[in-house]
Amino acid sequence: MDQLPSYKISSLGDTALIIDFGNIIDESINKVVHSLFYQLQNDPIPGMIEAVPAYSSLTIYYDVLFIRNKLNKQTTAFEWVSEGLKKYISKENIETGDPQLLIKIPVCYENEYASDLSFIASQNDISAEEVIYLHTAATYHVYMLGFLPGFAYMGMVDEKISSSRKQKPVFVEAGSIGIAGLQTGIYPFRSQGGWQIIGRTPVELFDKEKINPVLFKPGDKIQFYSITKNEFEDLKSRNA
Amino acid sequence: MLDSIQDPGRFGYQQFGINPNGAMDKYAATIANILVGNDINEAVIEMHFPALSIFFEQPTMIALSGADFSANINGKPIPLNHAVIVNKNTTLQFQSLKNKSRCYLAVKGGIKISKWLNSYSTNLVAEAGGFSGRKLLKDDVLELNSELADYKLPDQDDFKILPWGVNEDFGTQYTEELMVIPGSEWDWLDKPSQEKFLKNPFFISHNSDRMGYRLASEPLQAIVRSELVSSAVSFGTIQLLPDGQLIILMADHQTTGGYPRIGNVISTYLSALAQMQAGDKTRFNFTDHQTAENLLVKQQQHLTQLQIACKLRLENYIYENN
Repeated sequence: MDQLPSYKISSLGDTALIIDFGNIIDESINKVVHSLFYQLQNDPIPGMIEAVPAYSSLTIYYDVLFIRNKLNKQTTAFEWVSEGLKKYISKENIETGDPQLLIKIPVCYENEYASDLSFIASQNDISAEEVIYLHTAATYHVYMLGFLPGFAYMGMVDEKISSSRKQKPVFVEAGSIGIAGLQTGIYPFRSQGGWQIIGRTPVELFDKEKINPVLFKPGDKIQFYSITKNEFEDLKSRNA
Repeated sequence: MLDSIQDPGRFGYQQFGINPNGAMDKYAATIANILVGNDINEAVIEMHFPALSIFFEQPTMIALSGADFSANINGKPIPLNHAVIVNKNTTLQFQSLKNKSRCYLAVKGGIKISKWLNSYSTNLVAEAGGFSGRKLLKDDVLELNSELADYKLPDQDDFKILPWGVNEDFGTQYTEELMVIPGSEWDWLDKPSQEKFLKNPFFISHNSDRMGYRLASEPLQAIVRSELVSSAVSFGTIQLLPDGQLIILMADHQTTGGYPRIGNVISTYLSALAQMQAGDKTRFNFTDHQTAENLLVKQQQHLTQLQIACKLRLENYIYENN
């Protein structure tokens, strides 16, 4: 990256601040967010509680009491953290190369699991096979996790399979793969959801028994491959 | 009924979409723990009215803080904000809702459950943490970490209220007016709406729970029509919904959201917010970081003093009565 995008810092209450690189979904800006995020994971600013990366912003939660204990009364923890972050947001420290990890996710795109696949096909005037082909042809970038534990916002899908959200959320089964706009994602739990559903994976995206219960992390690369209903059930039974 | 195990919250996992949960009124939960001499991170039971009745199979020491549900043991009333020694084979019941909305029960030594991701708090969506990842139900049995070995109540007594109590009011507990730091999308409101936000009353609607409170008021208008790409939100974040109404995110909020963030209720006012009920009226006023942080520091000093005082009182009491 030749130049870092400009940013502004704003507050999220009295215990967190947001570094905002603009209201935009853009992979190169998101990689700057992730670089900053992983820098702070490895070398946290003193008093940092946690950092939360999103599409074009990074939010840092900090311990006001810990920080105020070290400061004179005239400086606020907000000012101190804002100032301290500057050294992290420099061109030398921002790495935007791709991580090595590529995760391949099996998806059954058959009718039973793909309630909205024909809708997307007809809306975009292509066949169901083309929707599956286009969804499995690309490598997706995990922009962020949110909404539900383990729900990854991935993108971008080919414009030919993009779709609007549903007017009203419906119940969606765990493992369902959805499309909303140019984003694609997987529901880790049965929940209410407004994305158009094109398939289902037998892979468990969330396992509370694991030390790290969530399969994906910000910045991962994901590919989908098509499996039959038999393969789906076979893989599913091996999870159980 | 929604009684669940909570603690100060689960931190470090919002990057995975796992929200902090934790007690809605952390101040009251802390007071309850302090009264029985616990560490402030010990698990407590957060109760909403009507609450479950609790039968004690062994003697212990408890404390209640927060909402007043007219608590009694075997029919005889016990006060909030006092440590109470409870004999075995007694029942704690909650008769009627007198004020506020969430009551916290701490037990000396804490409740014997395991942590999930470093916290006792219940995550209802992930069905993890707390007691089997769910709210408490009739016939559940909670084990305690320790027996009440150093103090014995005569068999004929159901309980004994210890003579000291704490005045839990720090000054921000009973206010209708909530102090707010402007949010990153404050400028998205048009001028008349900005004035309305700071002038008009807002009413807590029935559609309010541990995830968020929907407010009812004269609708506000955004001048910015573009959508906000998802970004982090917090306990206390006030968002503008597409219909012009506001929602305040509470302890079980999602980690990220896409609605404009008008402001954030500051930490020391979250207890007052957590104790509001449907129909209650609230107002917003702006404050700054300096004031908000000073209040937080002052509140912490107050709690530390209470903790030291309660520990000393407990030690003396047990020494004098043994």
